[in-house]
Amino acid sequence: MSVIIILIIASVSIAAFFLAAFCWSVKDKQYEDEFSPPLRMLFDDKPANDPDKQ
Amino acid sequence: MEATITETPTVCYHCGEHCASDKIVADNKHFCCEGCRMVFRLLNQNGLCEYYDLNQSPGANQRLQARHDKFAFLEDATIRQKLISFEDDKQTHITFYLPQIHCSSCLYLLENLHKLDDGVISSRVNFTRREVSIVFDPRITTLRQTAELLNNIGYEPYISLHDLQHQPPQIKKRMIYQLGVAGFSFANIMLLSFPEYLGLEDAEKGLQQVFRTLNVILALPVFFFSAQPFFAAAWSGIKHRFLNIDAPIALAVLVTFVRSMYEVITGTGAGYFDSMSGIVFFMLLGRVLQDKTYQQLSFERDYTSYFPIAITVIKDGKQVPTSLPDIKPGDTLLIHSQELIPADGILTKGKAAVDYSFVTGESVPVQKEMGELLYAGGKQTTEAIEILVIKEVAQGYLTKLWLRDEFKSSPKDKTVSFVHLLSRWFTVIVFTIAGIAALYWGFTDSSKVWNVVTAVLIVACPCALLLSNSFTNGNVLRILGRNRFYLRGAQAIEDIANANSIVFDKTGTLTSTREQDVVYEGRSLPLALQQAVTALATQSNHPLSKAIAQYFNATSSLRVEGFREVAGRGVEGYVNAQMITLGSSQHVIGIPVKAHAGSSVLLAVDGEFYGSFIVKNHYRNCVPQLIQELGKHHRLSVLSGDNSAERPYLQHLMGDEALLLFRQQPEDKLNFIRQQQLKGQKVMMIGDGLNDAGALRQANVGIAITEDTNNFTPASDAILEAAQLPRLPLFIRLCIANKHIVLASFVLSILYNIIGIWFAVQGVLAPVIAAILMPASSLSIVLLTFGCTNLLAKRWKL
Repeated sequence: MSVIIILIIASVSIAAFFLAAFCWSVKDKQYEDEFSPPLRMLFDDKPANDPDKQ
Repeated sequence: MEATITETPTVCYHCGEHCASDKIVADNKHFCCEGCRMVFRLLNQNGLCEYYDLNQSPGANQRLQARHDKFAFLEDATIRQKLISFEDDKQTHITFYLPQIHCSSCLYLLENLHKLDDGVISSRVNFTRREVSIVFDPRITTLRQTAELLNNIGYEPYISLHDLQHQPPQIKKRMIYQLGVAGFSFANIMLLSFPEYLGLEDAEKGLQQVFRTLNVILALPVFFFSAQPFFAAAWSGIKHRFLNIDAPIALAVLVTFVRSMYEVITGTGAGYFDSMSGIVFFMLLGRVLQDKTYQQLSFERDYTSYFPIAITVIKDGKQVPTSLPDIKPGDTLLIHSQELIPADGILTKGKAAVDYSFVTGESVPVQKEMGELLYAGGKQTTEAIEILVIKEVAQGYLTKLWLRDEFKSSPKDKTVSFVHLLSRWFTVIVFTIAGIAALYWGFTDSSKVWNVVTAVLIVACPCALLLSNSFTNGNVLRILGRNRFYLRGAQAIEDIANANSIVFDKTGTLTSTREQDVVYEGRSLPLALQQAVTALATQSNHPLSKAIAQYFNATSSLRVEGFREVAGRGVEGYVNAQMITLGSSQHVIGIPVKAHAGSSVLLAVDGEFYGSFIVKNHYRNCVPQLIQELGKHHRLSVLSGDNSAERPYLQHLMGDEALLLFRQQPEDKLNFIRQQQLKGQKVMMIGDGLNDAGALRQANVGIAITEDTNNFTPASDAILEAAQLPRLPLFIRLCIANKHIVLASFVLSILYNIIGIWFAVQGVLAPVIAAILMPASSLSIVLLTFGCTNLLAKRWKL
């Protein structure tokens, strides 16, 4: 039966991991602006500190 | 110059507006004005033309350029200190509000600011808040230069007095964390409770103990962290000697927790941890949905978010930018064109033409001469003027309205939702049942008393009532928001449903600020003269001229010579060798004549008086029908700041029973509403300008009308886009239906409660029954409320 206990520990810790991930994403303000992130990744652009300016 | 008529009109590459001339060209692209071309050149030089590829003509029109030293006040150390959020030797962090942000191009450009200025380290846009957070290097650039950079690319930062006094409010995240924790614990406790329900206890005693211990550990954060909002609300209710709906819920959660702990510790049972965490989870979910906020809107705006942060004061012949709270009576202010008059004062230099549209809703500028009193809140439209301040900003005629003592404590708190009253009855009944059951078992089998009483309290908590209320409210808020009717909170739904008297402001609410009705009275005009008048009127940007230019359906390819505009008086010029004069009676015939209803513009040809144009605000087309619909169930009144010239027409429009009051000052409007309330009326005020702000706050529910939600709206309970005004009766119906849906789902939940109590009073409430009843009732209530509200919305095409 001890295998059940190991399984339970595994399942609860996976759930806890997702809880932590959720809390992190809230803290990271990921739900505050839903418009810009999907667009931001589409701008194919030079890196921010590119010295090669026109 | 000849007017060119082409098949397809040229539109500006930057802003998409019609180009009046085709001479402003750069890189084979046409521009409507120098401002737009300048922005294009700047972006072109820096390789940022992807801006134009992402969206067609994404820019804002640049015809009105900000004054070159407009941002000089950002060099003032105290103002600067209040605005920036972080600073050290190497970086400064600043967040600007840019109302012009509207598309992906804006996002692209604003996040590439570092290409335009070496001093900018990074910039990041928050699209929903329309803000850009910039980190810049103070050794290379300054705050003022950063603001000017934004201004140069067409995104003028909006910096108001409000920024000086308050830090932007942080969104409440605590409840989201509480919800996350409750959900996590709920799901795991459910999982760990299953073996128990399936009859594990006989087989494995050791395993059972492990499951129960884990449940206790998982339930602790739910009780001590997630359930906090309910305990806090219940406690504050009790402190104010008011039994709100949170009190019985907090009691139920407490009783469930204590009994479950007792059972687990003594080894007599598994407890009701799954029911408890489930209740807490669903109720938190409802609260979070109900507390939806519209980040791009503000319901709290007072004059400070409308007034500028600083103004130019003339001291010893020098111009000093001064922050607004430092202005003292006796100071001389220099107000440039398009700037706001921030304090009541006397005009000492120049001629003022003040646009009070934000205050009164009237878009035609008001003429003022030297020595006249100017009230704060208007925008100077012509030349720069100087005024002598007679009152501090906070003591002004308009601003004082906000600082009334009765507004300091929010008057809206006094209204009590029917849900609380309902829950009070509910609580009384539950306690009675628990008492009777306790008495009965006290006589028959006293060992069961504790068992039965706790079971009744666990099962019969009014959580279903709270659930149905918060889920219905949340969904109705969302439906109304989708229809561009934004409510401050759930209480506004009930206030709208309960209102029995509606008070309208006239200018800007019943009338539109965008359209005008023009009537011509006088000698009839031949076609040639009609064209001539149109040609002259087209030359001016004054709202009255624009209205007259559209009056005759004549195209004006005629040339105007010797055009002259006397600011605030009128225009004149030679068309077809005839001298045409348009303007005020003072300007045209030299004698001031008492004004008609609306504004009148006189016409003279070669010095001979011909007739006058009377320009009135156009009543919104939807008004007659709207009034008819609303008049069925509500008392209607109109408060107008204008004179009573339009009374007959308005009375006809509003019906005989409507009460019309004219020449109402902001204070009068507020007092009128208070009188209505003293008579027992529940008043809904619908207004738009700063002069309605007091009335909007005093009313049981205040709705601010706006042509565009980006515009300024005074503090209110709800913001309605003007285009949606005809649907207001439907919105009211939905708010009334909201109450019925809550009641219906409450009845349903009582059925579940009766089943639960049936088991509880007999002392046989097994955890598995509670664990089935609780999610079943919660889910069916959620489905019922969502289904009903969505069905109604679909039927009424909302």
